Amino acid sequence: MEDFEKAVRPVGFFPNLWLILWRVLIAVVVPAVSFFVMYVGFRFLRESAAPAAVIAVVAVIWGVGGVALLYFATNWVITQLGPAWRRRLQPFLFVGPAMVILGWYLVIPTLRSLFLSFFGPATKKFVGLANYVYVFSDRVMLTSFRNNLLWLVLGTGLSVLLGLIVALLAERSHLEKLSKALIFLPLAISFIGAGVIWKYVYAYKPLGESQIGILNAIVTAFGGQPVGWLTVRPWNTLFLIVILVWMQTGFAMVVLSAALRGVPKSIKEAGRIDGATEFRVILSIIIPYVRGTIITVSTTILIITLKIWDIVYSMTSGLYGTEVLASQQYKQMFKFLNYGRGSAIAIILVVAVIPVMWYNLKTFMQQEVF
Amino acid sequence: MAAKEEKENKSVAVTIILLVLCLIWSLPTIGLLITSFRSRDDVNRTGWWTVVREANFTTDNYKQVLAGKNYTYVDAQGNTVTARTENLVRAFLNSVTVTIPAVVIPILIAAFAAYGFAWVDFPGRKIFFTIVVALLVVPLQIALIPILRDYMKLKLTGTFLAIWLAHTGFGLPLAIYLLFNYVSTIPRSILESAFIDGYTHFWIFIYLILPLSVPALASFAIFQFVWVWNDLLVAMVFLGTKQEVAVLTQRLLNMIGTRGQDWHLLTAGAFVSIVLPLIIFFALQRFFVRGLLAGSVKG
Repeated sequence: MEDFEKAVRPVGFFPNLWLILWRVLIAVVVPAVSFFVMYVGFRFLRESAAPAAVIAVVAVIWGVGGVALLYFATNWVITQLGPAWRRRLQPFLFVGPAMVILGWYLVIPTLRSLFLSFFGPATKKFVGLANYVYVFSDRVMLTSFRNNLLWLVLGTGLSVLLGLIVALLAERSHLEKLSKALIFLPLAISFIGAGVIWKYVYAYKPLGESQIGILNAIVTAFGGQPVGWLTVRPWNTLFLIVILVWMQTGFAMVVLSAALRGVPKSIKEAGRIDGATEFRVILSIIIPYVRGTIITVSTTILIITLKIWDIVYSMTSGLYGTEVLASQQYKQMFKFLNYGRGSAIAIILVVAVIPVMWYNLKTFMQQEVF
Repeated sequence: MAAKEEKENKSVAVTIILLVLCLIWSLPTIGLLITSFRSRDDVNRTGWWTVVREANFTTDNYKQVLAGKNYTYVDAQGNTVTARTENLVRAFLNSVTVTIPAVVIPILIAAFAAYGFAWVDFPGRKIFFTIVVALLVVPLQIALIPILRDYMKLKLTGTFLAIWLAHTGFGLPLAIYLLFNYVSTIPRSILESAFIDGYTHFWIFIYLILPLSVPALASFAIFQFVWVWNDLLVAMVFLGTKQEVAVLTQRLLNMIGTRGQDWHLLTAGAFVSIVLPLIIFFALQRFFVRGLLAGSVKG
C-alpha cells in the first residue's frame, strides 16, 4: 500500500503563510459547522413535541446522515491539509471513530466497573472486598450462580445438540426447507414475546377448572394433578431454560447445516463403504469435520445466555428461586441503587468469559491474518 | 465449501420424526396466534385448542392494541370524560426510530474500521485488532453502570441518541470482526488498479469496497436488527421509564405487569412485535448464514 501513497508526495516544504492560515481555518470551521448541525438536530429531538411519526423520520435522517456527514467532513478537512498530513491522519479517519466508541463503551467501563466494585452504594465510601463477600455469601446470589450455571450448560448445550440433530435430520428428509423455516422462526421473536407465548404453555388453573395451558391440559387429560410449572423449585429454572432452547436451536441449526453442506461427500462415502453405520459416520466423520463451527455457535449462544434476563423477568420476575446474575445486577442498580454490588456482579460475569476470550485470541493468533 | 451441492439420501422415517419435532416447535406460536383472535372471556375460560369444536374468532384484540379503546370515567369535578387507552402505534414507531440508526451507524463505523484494519497500514494495527477480538465476548453488562453515570452527567438518558450510541458500542466488536473477515478477502489487484487511477483510500472505500461488501453488511444488519428490535435490557437502562420513548418490548413488559388479566391483548401485542423481524428474517435469510460463516470457514 505504501508504494502508492508515496507517488503523491508533498509539493513544497515551505508553504506560504496564507495557505497555512487557510488550512487552519478549514480545520476549525468545517468540524464546527458539522457539530453545530448535529447539535441543533439533537436539541430538536430532545425537546420537540412533534408527532411520533415526524420525530421518527427526523431522528433516523439525523442519526444516520449525521454520522455520514462527520466522515465526509473529516475526509474533506484531511484532504485540504495536504498529502503529508493526509497520510498521517487517514488511518485514524478509518479506525479512529470505532476505537473511540469501543474505548468509551467497553474498554474503559471494564476498568471503571472494577473500580466501582470496591465502593459502597453511592461510590462515596471505600469498602474493599465487601461487595464480593456479599456476592459470594448472600443466599439469593448463590441461587443466581447455580441458576446461571444451569442456563449456560443446559441452555447452550441443548440448543447446540438439538440444532445439530435437526440439521442432520433435515438433510436426510423430504422437507428440508419447510422444517428448517419452522425451527428457525422462534429466533425472530423477542425474549419478551417468547415469554408471552410460553406463559400460555405453562398456564396453571386449580384442579376442577378448565385448564387453558396446553401442558396442564395434557397432564390432567391423563388423570394427573395440574402443575404450577413456574413455581415448583428447583425445576422451574429448567422450564425457563426450555424457552431459550426453543429460540436458539434455530440459530444453531442454520449455521450448522451450512457447515454440514461443506463436508465432502467422498470422506462420508469412504466410511460407508467400509461398512460403518450412518450413526457411526455422523459421530466419527461428520461431527469432527464441523467441530470449528460447533465451537463458534456455542460461543455465540453462551454470550447470549449470559445476558439472559428478559425471560426470567417476564415469566417469574425472578421469584420462586429463578434469579440469574443479570436480573440480580438490574435489581441492585435500579431497586437498591447499589452501584457497588451491581458492578461486582458485572465484574464476575467478565471473569467468567475470560476462558472463552483466551480461546478466541489463541485461535485468532494461529490464523496469522496480518 | 463443496463446489457442487451434494445431497444426502432422503428417508421417509426421518421425515416423519422431523415433522413431529416441527409440530412440537410450532405449537406454542400457533397457540398464541389463535389466542390473539379470541375474545377475553373465551381466553380465560377455555384452552385455545377448543376452537376446533367451536370456532369463535374476533379481531377486537388487534383493534384495541393498534387503535386504543374509548372509555369514559367521571373526574373529580363530576364531569364525564371520554379518553382513549394507549395503543402500541407509538411504541412501534419508537422501536423503528431506535432500531434503524442503531443498525446503520455501527455498520458504517465498522465498515470504515474493517477497511482500515485490512488495507491501510498504520502503527498499532495488530494490537488494536487484537483488542477488538478480545472484546467480542465481553458482556455488555459491564458498561451499564459507568455509561449510565456518563449519560446522567451529559443529560442523555431517555434520548434516542443515548440508545443508538449504546447499541453501536455493544455491536461494534462483532460488526468489525465479521466485516474484516469479508473485506480482507477482496483481491488486492482490484484496489491496486484504483490506486493507480489516483483514488485515495476514502473514495476507494466509498465507491469500491462498500458495494462489494453488501452480503457481509446485510448479514450483520439482520443480526443487529433482531438484536436491537428484541432488546429489553439496554432500553430499560438507557431509555428509562419515559412513556414517550418506550419501545415495543418495554410496553409489552408493562402489559404483562399491569394487566396480568388482559392476556387477550398481550397476545395481539406480541404478534404486532413479531411481524417486522419475521419479514426481515425470511427476506434476507440467505445473507445471514453467508456473512456469519465468512469468519469460521476461512481459517
